[in-house]
Order: sequence, then C-alpha cells, then structure tokens
Amino acid sequence: MSGAGRHIQLMATCLADAFFDDVARATVQVLEHLGCEVEFPIDQTCCGQPAFNSGDWPAARDIGRHCLRVFAGDDAVVVPSGSCARMVSHGALLLFEGEKDLSGVAALAGRTWELGDFIVRGLGVARWPGRLAARLAFHRSCHSRGTEYGQSALALLRSIAGAEVVELGEPEQCCGFGGTFSVGFPHISRAMGDLKIAHVLETAPDVLVSADSSCLMHMAGLAEKQGRALRTLHLAQVLRDALQGQGADAAGATGPGGGEVRA
Amino acid sequence: MSGGERVDGFAAAQSESRREAVRLGSKAGHEKRTEVLWRDYEDPDGLRRLAGAIKQHTLDHLDVYMAQAEERLRAHGVIVHFAADAAQARAIVLDILQRRAALRVVKAKSMATEEIELGPFLEGKGIECLETDLGEFIVQIDADHPSHIVKPIIHKNRREIARSFEAHDLGAYDDTPEVITRRARVFLRRKYLEADVGITGANFISAESGRLVLVTNEGNSRFCLAATRCHVALVGIEKIVPRDRDLGVFLNLLARSATGQSLSVYTELISGPRAATQPDGPDEMHVIFLDNGRSDVLAGDCREILRCIRCGACLNVCPVYRQASGHAYRGVYSGPMGAVLTPLLAREEGQGHGGSGGDEGRGSGGAGGAGAGGPGGAGGAGGAGAFLAFADLPRASSLCGACNEVCPVDIPIPDMLLRLRDRGKRAGAAGTVVPPSTMAGFARLASRPWVWRRALATGRLLGLVPAPLRPRALRVWGTNHTLPPWRGGAFRKWMAARKLAGAPPGLSAPATRTKEKP
Repeated sequence: MSGAGRHIQLMATCLADAFFDDVARATVQVLEHLGCEVEFPIDQTCCGQPAFNSGDWPAARDIGRHCLRVFAGDDAVVVPSGSCARMVSHGALLLFEGEKDLSGVAALAGRTWELGDFIVRGLGVARWPGRLAARLAFHRSCHSRGTEYGQSALALLRSIAGAEVVELGEPEQCCGFGGTFSVGFPHISRAMGDLKIAHVLETAPDVLVSADSSCLMHMAGLAEKQGRALRTLHLAQVLRDALQGQGADAAGATGPGGGEVRA
Repeated sequence: MSGGERVDGFAAAQSESRREAVRLGSKAGHEKRTEVLWRDYEDPDGLRRLAGAIKQHTLDHLDVYMAQAEERLRAHGVIVHFAADAAQARAIVLDILQRRAALRVVKAKSMATEEIELGPFLEGKGIECLETDLGEFIVQIDADHPSHIVKPIIHKNRREIARSFEAHDLGAYDDTPEVITRRARVFLRRKYLEADVGITGANFISAESGRLVLVTNEGNSRFCLAATRCHVALVGIEKIVPRDRDLGVFLNLLARSATGQSLSVYTELISGPRAATQPDGPDEMHVIFLDNGRSDVLAGDCREILRCIRCGACLNVCPVYRQASGHAYRGVYSGPMGAVLTPLLAREEGQGHGGSGGDEGRGSGGAGGAGAGGPGGAGGAGGAGAFLAFADLPRASSLCGACNEVCPVDIPIPDMLLRLRDRGKRAGAAGTVVPPSTMAGFARLASRPWVWRRALATGRLLGLVPAPLRPRALRVWGTNHTLPPWRGGAFRKWMAARKLAGAPPGLSAPATRTKEKP
C-alpha cells in the first residue's frame, strides 16, 4: 500500500508538544515524503498514560475519552512514540474494560500506529532512501516488546545508506524512565539509566536513536547532568535527516532528545 | 537521597556488594536462560504461549481437575487435605506430626511452606524442621530470608557463607565452594537418617495420574524421602496440570527458565506411598492443597498470575529487582511476580502472607529499614488493609514488560501491575508519589484543549507533571537530570504557519516500496 494521498491523523504526543517540536516536525516531513496527507487535530493533548500508570484510572478515562473525540473518524493515527502508541492500542483496552465506550476505544486502538511500524507494515516501505553517514546506537523501547512492530524501526534504520546501526548491550533492560516511576523511584531509575548510558557509550556511536523521546530525554538528561556527552535523535529525525542526505555532523540535535530548533 | 517510594529507599540503602551480588546473579541467570531456550527451540515464544494456555485452561476448569487429582491421589493411598489458609495448613501439618510423635523433620525447598512460615512455626512447637536445599539451609542457619524464589542466597557471597558455617560449627573458615558443599552434605546426611517425616512442596500434580512432580538439582528431596516413613507435601491449588504429557512442556520450560538447564538434575514422579512391592519409601503420604487466598485471586481480574510455575525468570530479568533485591519486596515472593502475588495473597494478622512477622518482617538483611514513610493506610478492615500494606509493590516497576517477555507461561504481569495500581488508588493507598488529587487535575488540563494550549504557550505544563506535584517532581527530576528546554507550542505554530503558506510537502528522493501488502 502506498502512502500516496493517504490521509492520516498525527498524534504528536505531549512530550513533542512541550519539548521536542522537531520530532513532530520530522514526523510530518517523513510522512508527507511518503505521500501522506497529515492532519494535526489541534485539540489533542495527551494519551492519558501518566494517569493510567499512576493508577488513577477515572482521570485516565477522562483523557481517553477526550482522545476518542479528537481522533474521530477512520483514518490511521500515527504516533512518533512506541509508548503512547501502546497506550492507545493496548493500555486503553484495559482502561475501558467493562465501560460502554470500549468499542470506540477498540476501534481507535486498531487504527493507531507507532511511526516506524506505520512506515514498514502500514505502508509497506522496506528500505529507507537517502543517506546518513553515521554510527547509530539503537535503543529498543520497551513498548515494542512482544509486538510485531518491535523490529520495524530497526529494519528501517538498517536500510539507510551509510548508516551503521549498533545494538546495545543488555538490550532487554529498560532505560529506567517509566514516567512517574522516575520520580517515585529516583534511585533505581537512575541506576537503570546509568547502566544504559554505559552500554551506549561502549558502542561509541555518533548518536543514540530511539522511537521514544521519553527514553532519550531520560538518558540525555542523566548524561548531561553528569557532564557526559550523549547525542540523541528520534527515529523520525534520523529518517528525515537521511532524506536530506546529511552526515552525522549535520544530523540533528545537540540537546537532550534532539530538541534543537530546526527551520 | 530520594524520599521516593519504599522499594527505592531500600535499594538506595543496600550495600554495594549485595547489590552487585544480586545484579550479577540475576543477569547471569537471564543470559543462560535466553541462550538455552533459543538454542534448543525454534520458537520458544510459541512454547511459552502453549504452556500459558495449558495452565490457563487448567485454572479455568480447576474444579474439574482438582476433583480428578484428588480422586487419583486417594486411589494411590494418599491422604488428601484442603487448607483454606495458612493457619489451617500449619495445623494440619502439626496434627500429622503429633500423631506420629515426630520431632525431627527434613524439608525440601518449597515456596508454599515459606508462604505459611512452616519452619518457624514447627520450631516453635519444639519440632526440628531442617532445610535441606543448600541455599535454604544457609538462609536458615543465618536466620535470614530467601531473596530469590529459585536462588535463595543470590544476595550472599561465599565469604559470608563461610563465616556462617564457621559460626555454626560446620568447620573452620574456608570459602571454597566445594568445601562448603561437602560440609553441608556431611551434616545433612546424618539428619536425613534421623528424621521422622519429610516435607516437600510440589512443582506439578498431574490430574490425570495423580502423580506429584518434584524437581531439584541437589537430590535433597529424594533424600528427604529416603529414610523417613511419612511424606507430607504442601501444594498450592494452582500446581495442577491436566495430563502427564503436559509435563513435557512444563519440565522443559521450567528448567530452562529457572536455571538455563535442559532438565533439572532430579525429576521425581511420586505416585503415592510405598507399595507392598517396593522395598523402601514412606509408608504414609499426605498432600495438603493450599488455598490461602488463591480462590480469591482466581475469582478476580489478575487470575493469570496463578499460572506461575515459580521459575524466577521474571526476577532475573527485572531491572528493578536487580537493583533492589528480593528483600525489598517484604515477602516470600519478590520481583515482578511477587509485586503481583504478594498484595493479592496478603491476609490479615498472622494468617498467610507476612505472617506473624508483620509487614516489616523481611527487611532483615542488613540494608535496614527502607525509605520514606510506611504504607500507612492505617489499620483497615478485612483483606483491604493487608492489601494496602503491599500496595506500593505494583508501583515498583517502570512497566518495561521484560517480565512478560520471559515468562514461561506468558503471564501479562505489566497489565496486572496496572490493575493493582488502580485498585490501590481506589482503596486509598497511601505513600504514592503522585498525590490523589494530582492526576484528576492533570485530567482536567488534558481534556480541555484550550487550557492545554494556553498552558503550552505559557510553559505551565512544565515537565509534563501536573501542578500539585510539580515542585517535588521537578526537584527529584532535577537532582538526576538536566531538563530539556521548554518548547511548548512551537510545533503547533510551525504547523499553523505551513497551513497558511500552503507549504509543499516532501523533501527529496521517493522511498522504495515493497510489492507485498501488509
């Protein structure tokens, strides 16, 4: 299936809304490059995961219902985050178990995609064009576990000319972000993050790549606080930069999570 | 540091050597498991799902399989008991022992006996109850608690063990593993011969044949039954599998998941007490089926946790367990499965979980008393109070899902942690890092787009964390992290500007597409 003329709704995520605007921009550019017509419903806020994970399910349902209204229709909803995509496609089903709007929630779940997965399995793109001369350390986000789309982002990155993708040691270990987990369990969260960062630095990459800005924000924030350099880019930014044929030096951001402003 | 949750405080207070012992031990366990499973099977995940389906089917029809198992066991001459709770189970064991005037018991490793705190109970009645699994033996002489369901002494190093042996007159200090093992063996061999009764758990019971299956690596459960005249097995009601041939699935998965072995060294299938034609073995055999909260779990929305075959793979892979150790979970069960099972099985005062030791009980191992304020939730009636005492455990997870990925019976542990968080919140669990009102405030913000946009534009949504939490959350976050620059609303402006300008999409070369459609 080609993306030509395909109308999709972009769920930019609240993190991109607040911090990582370039990730959202890159997502739009990448999708448009594939021929998609991207709509950004401006009433969108958050997927509700913070409330859901905190155990405040009534609050999470309020946000979930808002999501249902905002992303009405039949279009595919594409999210540059495995975590938020998983909230909509899986978490919400738990959240609305036994609720009368479950069928609407299930329908939205069925048409919501993580960006890399949408490109690979939704649009059938097997190889990514363009070029990016860089050594990329790939952090597998936890929300891709046990799903078919776990491999999508990796496959796309590997197909980029000039890109060398290295996987991290102990890939099954979480980076330790976990949303409110990093606030309630700061010691453990940091220890997990430090381990991850050590594995990243071992591979001496040009840049650390993930399909989730949250993981990158956590790791880059930790590293920077410790005075260690860790350059990060979101998957969407890497794909966009490859289209522009950039090398590692020009590629993306210097700030945590690739949050640098980009025209 | 911190002021974080209890498990976090425990982890922070733990000694570096203990943390390293637990982390490296569990990491090695995980790596071995993964290597062996993928070496031996083309599709280990398919096998995990099959095992999960068999176990779930059994649970869904437990009434049928339980009746069948009971009938088969009785036909083999086994005396079958049912214990509703820990107190009943202990009373049944005590009654059996007293009828035989038994004063010495040898015991194989069993989580069910740990759960009802059988050893200390029997010791209190003047009955010697000796652990014969080497790890459990060391835990026992140290008056410690197991910190892993398969490797009870994962938190200890051999120097500590050598010192314990010395202190208990088991020989002068020598930390050579072979020497430690040989000394334990010499000591235990004598005890096997002196004992009156052998107590074990069971890894499985086949409903079809009534065979009780025991798996060990040290052969200690066989020794427990070699010289004793009476065998008592304490078995959780969820240990039943339908048929003998299902054991092919479970034994293969259990050994590989637990220790990375193709098969455990000893697998015993016990069909009942000694038959007339058999030269030795116990003349009397009891199976005590233990409920102790399991029926309630079966009736609830976390019933899949009863599939658990106690392999410990979820502990080994869990990054939180690796940092915090088993003792942080304040119960017999730890790690992800413990974070689900402990609150679910928690019972009031003296019964079952936590037992007479109370909820502070397990922290003994030197790391001192966990972090900030206890679970609070003061008193509370019925099971709710007991549940609340452990309501923080399901929060001790980044929800990374590694536990589900390795589980040999495919238990959706993260989903259960989430359900238990919801339940804890509704029950008024105290000590949450996110105050009760917070997410309601966040929900109001996140379901009112105009307020949201205003907040973005003015940077009030700082750190994604709702206002009432902001100072603390940001303080904690800022201790460890540099915050990214606030870019609230920037993307929206860009989108709006493009729309106005009618910006042409696209960048450069078209993507290559595959022919086949998804």
